[in-house]
Amino acid sequence: MNFDLTEERQMLQDTLRRYLREQYGTARRNDILASDTGFSADIWNELAELGVLGALFTEDQGGFGGAGFDIAVVFEELGRAGVVEPILDSALIGGRLLAAAGKTDLVEQVIGGALHLAVAHGEPDSRYDLDHVNTTASDDKLTGRKAVVMNAEAADHLIVSAKDGDGIALYLVDKGAAGLDIQGYPLLAGGRAAEVTLDNTPGDPLGLTLADYEAANRLALIAQCAEALGAMETATALTKDYLMTRKQFGRPIGTFQALAHRMSDLLIELEQARSAVINAAGYADDKDADLHLSASKNLIGRIGRLVAEEAIQMHGGIAMTQEYELAHIAKRIVMADHRFGDTDYHLERFIALSAA
Amino acid sequence: MDLSYSPDEQAFQAEVRQFLQEELPADIAEKVRLDTDLTKDDMERWHAILNNRGWLAQNWPKAFGGAEWSAVQRHIYDTEAADANAPRIVPFGLSMLGPVLQKFGSKEQQDHWLPRILDGTDWWCQGYSEPGAGSDLASLKTKAVRDGDHYIVNGQKTWTTLGQFANMIFCLVRTDADAKQQEGISFLLIEMDTPGVEVRPIILLDGCHEVNEVWFTDVKVPVENLVGEENKGWTYAKYLLTHERTGLGGVGFSQAGLKTVKRIAKAANHNGKPLIENPHFAARVAQVEIDLHAMATTNLRIISQAAAGEAPGLEASMLKVKGSIIRQEINDLARRAVGPYAMPFASEAVEGANDRIPDPLDAGPVAGQYFNNRKLSIFGGSNEIQRGIIAKVTMSGGGQ
Repeated sequence: MNFDLTEERQMLQDTLRRYLREQYGTARRNDILASDTGFSADIWNELAELGVLGALFTEDQGGFGGAGFDIAVVFEELGRAGVVEPILDSALIGGRLLAAAGKTDLVEQVIGGALHLAVAHGEPDSRYDLDHVNTTASDDKLTGRKAVVMNAEAADHLIVSAKDGDGIALYLVDKGAAGLDIQGYPLLAGGRAAEVTLDNTPGDPLGLTLADYEAANRLALIAQCAEALGAMETATALTKDYLMTRKQFGRPIGTFQALAHRMSDLLIELEQARSAVINAAGYADDKDADLHLSASKNLIGRIGRLVAEEAIQMHGGIAMTQEYELAHIAKRIVMADHRFGDTDYHLERFIALSAA
Repeated sequence: MDLSYSPDEQAFQAEVRQFLQEELPADIAEKVRLDTDLTKDDMERWHAILNNRGWLAQNWPKAFGGAEWSAVQRHIYDTEAADANAPRIVPFGLSMLGPVLQKFGSKEQQDHWLPRILDGTDWWCQGYSEPGAGSDLASLKTKAVRDGDHYIVNGQKTWTTLGQFANMIFCLVRTDADAKQQEGISFLLIEMDTPGVEVRPIILLDGCHEVNEVWFTDVKVPVENLVGEENKGWTYAKYLLTHERTGLGGVGFSQAGLKTVKRIAKAANHNGKPLIENPHFAARVAQVEIDLHAMATTNLRIISQAAAGEAPGLEASMLKVKGSIIRQEINDLARRAVGPYAMPFASEAVEGANDRIPDPLDAGPVAGQYFNNRKLSIFGGSNEIQRGIIAKVTMSGGGQ
């Protein structure tokens, strides 16, 4: 039993934390939020240079990490800084799917920061169900609609799932492909997504099935839980500082027991969240991985809501303003519950898997 | 013990319902239903329609042009209005300043300002909170110094709701720096276009512009704009805060919100079935609905006491705490119900965004609303302040 990070991961964490602290402050991030593209190409390239994207891939895939704990370390730091660049969708899910398909040259470009991807799987009425796909493939021509596709506008290629006979298969679609329509919009917690429609759009079969998508989705769950954890750490740190500095009735408000106890509860729950992320990363390759991932995502969803709401409440009005760091962080935390299955979805999945 | 409305009250309910059916503009109701920001014109149009009917100043005495409704009548209106997606009445002139002027204002002030509130000549906003004076409002620092026929005002107010539309602001200002905190405060009416008044927008976390900072630099205010006596402003402010007591629990808003949640959850697909049939989600909805049933009756009990002329007690604080918790829980259910489509940023602030964001569930900006309504437990005396009041009164002598 050893809960220390390896030397390599510790270095990765230190480097990334320092870089984001210096380069990704509230002002810079708010500029990125207000930009048309919703993300910074400079930040992306610098993260690639720092090796952050490479850490998401195994050595066999051309990277130098790729395990659950590598992913958790990266996304915890991204979450701590409230990073809005779509690394989770573009580099992690997209990149790992291409790696699974053996597209070594493309993966190399992803790791280098040159290639941007979008993963178009969910559909308007699929909610969080992974096996609900109505988009069809016929002679490698795709027709259907994909919902809330992250990073679709900026992507060079989209990875699209479609029903091919009885099964679900994944296709690589070029951004300029015929019959591809992308309607983009900004997201509440930063970044951009789009509604994607395909009308007899040519796709290149990747030789991947739903099982491959589910494998990538497991990594996404680890990443999303870790990102939310990082954001919760920032939310609690900001709240603690505020309680110690904001004075009302002649004393710091943190000296009122009603608030002090609630702050203590947040710190207790934060440790629960940290352990949940460790469980998610540590059991990633276990036979019961799905059970552990659902447990973690459910717990992160519940604690995330508590932390976001309590942090805002204990700050008061200041936390309601868009310019203040916590406002963005709280949105990242709560919106994490809307990705890869929410609190209820994973509660049900946990119940089903426990009974099995 | 009888939980039903009297025949008169039932007749009144029918009258309100019919009025809303006939007079509430469809475009405004649709905006309210989808939680879209109303324009100043929308709000003024609705005020004019209500004023035409004599229903705008619901709590004012008839002598001042009000409807002089009972607490029960106002509750009936609030419930029906929320159900019909009518906008809330902008409270600053009608519910806040009006009663203060009627109680403490001079005859000249009443004759001048009250009709202008009714006919929409003036749009009032509230200058209470300051950056350093939130929960501890009495520590406010905005200063008014008497200089002949004027006060010279310097300082800053914040969280001024809809101040961008206002031409008038009622302010708490410090007129005696040496007195005990609460005793050196005065209640002043200030024209927003006076030189030295500057309004700066505050954008909230959902992208909405509904509150502002208001800055005062050597602003000259005629002494006749002082309400009541100098240094007695705290008394008037407290009267204002306790006067508007019905509707505190927001029962109507919660009932309307719950309807929206159910509508979305019927349309949302979950494992091939409507989400509303999912046991976990259905249990969440039922739990809030059960709480709301009880709170609606608590609300009515308090209204009945008020109608019987009983002094306001702790119930206002209790209603505010419980009401905000229930409303926020409903907002949380709505964002859950929408699923991944809660993520798009639907905001007036993003040009054209609303046209581009597909909304198969026709839900409106539910996630934005979830975040925006975190304010319910913060403004008008946070839930912590309300709990402090309840504890202090019930355990007086026990200290804090």
